[in-house]
Amino acid sequence: MPTQTPDKPRLALKGIRKVYPSVVANDGIDLAVMPGEIHAVLGENGAGKSTLMKVIYGVIRPDEGQILWEGRRVTVPNPAQARELGIGMVFQHFSLFETLTVVQNVALAIPGEFDLPALSQRIEEVSERYGLPVDPRRLVHALSVGERQRVEIIRCLLQNPRLLILDEPTSVLTPQAVRKLFETLRQLATEGVSILYISHKLDEIQELCHAATVLRNGRVTGTCTPSQETPKTMARMMIGEDLPVCSHGEPDDGGEVRLRIVGLSHATEDPFGTDLRNIHLEVRSGEIVGIAGVSGNGQQELLKAISGEEPLADKHAVQMCGVKVGHLNPARRRALGMCFVPEERLGRGAVPRLSLTENILLTAYRKGMLFSGLIRWGVAKRFAEDCIARFDVKCGGPNSEAKSLSGGNLQKFIVGREIMQEPKLLVLAQPTWGVDVGASSFIRQTLLDLRNSGTAILVISEELEELFEICDRIVVIAKGTLSPSKVTSKTGVEEIGMWMSGMWPETGTSGDAPHVA
Amino acid sequence: MGLSFISSILFATVVAGTPLIIVALGELVTEKAGVLNLGAEGIMSVGAVAAFAVAHHTGSPYLGILAGMGAGMLMALLFGLSALTLMANQVASGLALSIFGVGLSAFIGKPYESVALASVDPIRIPLLHKIPLFGPSLFEQQGLVYFSWVLIAAVAWFLYRSKAGLILRAVGESPVSAHAIGYGVVSIRYQAVLFGGAMAGIGGAFLSVFYTPMWVEGMVAGRGWIALSLVVFATWRPGRVMIGAYLFGGCMITQMFVQGSGARISIPAQFLSSLPYMATVVVLVLISRNRSTIRLNSPASLGQPFLPDA
Repeated sequence: MPTQTPDKPRLALKGIRKVYPSVVANDGIDLAVMPGEIHAVLGENGAGKSTLMKVIYGVIRPDEGQILWEGRRVTVPNPAQARELGIGMVFQHFSLFETLTVVQNVALAIPGEFDLPALSQRIEEVSERYGLPVDPRRLVHALSVGERQRVEIIRCLLQNPRLLILDEPTSVLTPQAVRKLFETLRQLATEGVSILYISHKLDEIQELCHAATVLRNGRVTGTCTPSQETPKTMARMMIGEDLPVCSHGEPDDGGEVRLRIVGLSHATEDPFGTDLRNIHLEVRSGEIVGIAGVSGNGQQELLKAISGEEPLADKHAVQMCGVKVGHLNPARRRALGMCFVPEERLGRGAVPRLSLTENILLTAYRKGMLFSGLIRWGVAKRFAEDCIARFDVKCGGPNSEAKSLSGGNLQKFIVGREIMQEPKLLVLAQPTWGVDVGASSFIRQTLLDLRNSGTAILVISEELEELFEICDRIVVIAKGTLSPSKVTSKTGVEEIGMWMSGMWPETGTSGDAPHVA
Repeated sequence: MGLSFISSILFATVVAGTPLIIVALGELVTEKAGVLNLGAEGIMSVGAVAAFAVAHHTGSPYLGILAGMGAGMLMALLFGLSALTLMANQVASGLALSIFGVGLSAFIGKPYESVALASVDPIRIPLLHKIPLFGPSLFEQQGLVYFSWVLIAAVAWFLYRSKAGLILRAVGESPVSAHAIGYGVVSIRYQAVLFGGAMAGIGGAFLSVFYTPMWVEGMVAGRGWIALSLVVFATWRPGRVMIGAYLFGGCMITQMFVQGSGARISIPAQFLSSLPYMATVVVLVLISRNRSTIRLNSPASLGQPFLPDA
């Protein structure tokens, strides 16, 4: 709770407005943060949260509006100026340099003398004081995502900030790590530091924050005290309607095995990647299997091995619908009935500068779009129109460029394109990452319907809630190995969270792993 | 083959390696900031002709070097304008600069083609230059040779010990992050490009004022390109640039001695001429084949333009 006289806000924004060529990102935003207050900024993707924070931190300049710092009107032309005022920011996509050590990274953001040994000492002191263990001499690329975030936070704390901005800080953390982060933040708040906490996770905001400002479409739609609200009421402020709920059919475990991975080990080419070690997994028709894990634990490598982007020497390691495919390329695996939705929408899921119809052709050409080597544009275009209509993709039509679509709409389009090919096996990576609440629940419901019609589905996601909502079974990936699988109804966030740090009982001693070969 | 023969090969090796070291270190700093300037050949040519002209008219070889450096920086500025301010493709801008520089130097150099420059006496380090075998090659050299050694140490210290060097590497690693924590990416890159231009200019000046010393069209003869590839094969490390440069220089000189000695050997001359290039590439590839060392030392944003948010 606020500890100092709460009459003068530490930071007040008045009428902030920022217009981009295609969109009004912020429109007359008012916001006030008291000393020692943890203030949530709540909103969906694209509501204007990140733009607002960049305005405060001096990364971009507002077109209109005032910034008052401790009652004084200021302009923040650049981040250096913001840091001088006492504003620190922990970015959602970290701003660390991978080939430098922790202490070098910190030194880059700190003014004053360049004395690395002394700075290492200070890093150790701060990390001790706030319970943020990290070794200053290590290279950043060797750190886990959680450790990187600690480095970012320590980097801010060393500048003795009076306002700390955290942009979606928990999206990359295990539940246990989130709890530790909250302890640190509460400790900071009692010391009088103001915290701006940006998130779309309602339960976290309720647990942590003293006050909340809700944004929608670049405007403030309300302020509230989270402890006196329910997630439902806050969701209504955030998306303007009630949170949609997915309906889950009965689990059915009698289907045939569509994807079988047997003892897959693979050393990666990428020096910063993760080697896969002895992975076993089965996905049957009519079930959704989820792979949980903190990013950077081998998800990318496993996906490449399954999709065929990185063909394996051992053709037995991956089997699809009974065929050994380890050595086959993605096109031949798709011919067997596999469809794949990668994590990056622009660049791997779709070609940004091609039209939607052309993007349909890239993977769905087997659906009668070729005739002796020539393209049947009519068929492709009808397929695109169907996809747009069925999956409610908001766009200018089948001729619009893929990059003109918003993230959520493009994701609906890509998922739709793969689903309409009636796959026997569907593999998805982060299917709702950066997608707004409405579109996410639509995509999840679609996946559930597809499962009920007998498709085998494998989902890799960092959002635990999402996996618990749609999966029949969950496995965890950590340091390149896969845990035994758990039936979703017989486990909980707590256990999976433990497993995400690599601590699960040995295979064979666990009776809960009937599907592990 | 007496001691004096080996001694003269060593001497010539150091001389041949010197311009490569200077130019490659300049390019190394440029590339560490994430900018790929392929214009070294052109900048060297312009530096060489500017230095020659000024040394000829003033009679001072050291004013010539300054002129070469200035001309190199002007050329680099041209590159910066195109690649950093106007955000043109760095590869294309660099290639154009090379072609432009070689042509421009030939044009400016026409009146100087039949002019000779007095050769400059080397600087002798007292006593040390009398050491047998190594003495002359290490301690009886032109000032720029000593300069190239200081430069190696200075660049290594700058990159790995100073804060400014850390910032430069950070910009080359991730300009977006560097911008986010408040560094002026474009201005830092300009400084790196200008330093690279200055060094390439000095390298060119060394050729026309000390090495030959005269002006001939096309006298840079691909040394700019060699310097560029040295940087890559040395995985952006100053010490390895030196090894590569002397190795190249040594092979070059040795094969010239062999060809010139009239020794009865049945190796085709073309093969001998290509030996320095092959030997340098093979050795540098062998010492730098660890993939993670390459990743750790190569600037991740090399060649990518940086456009800050509005």
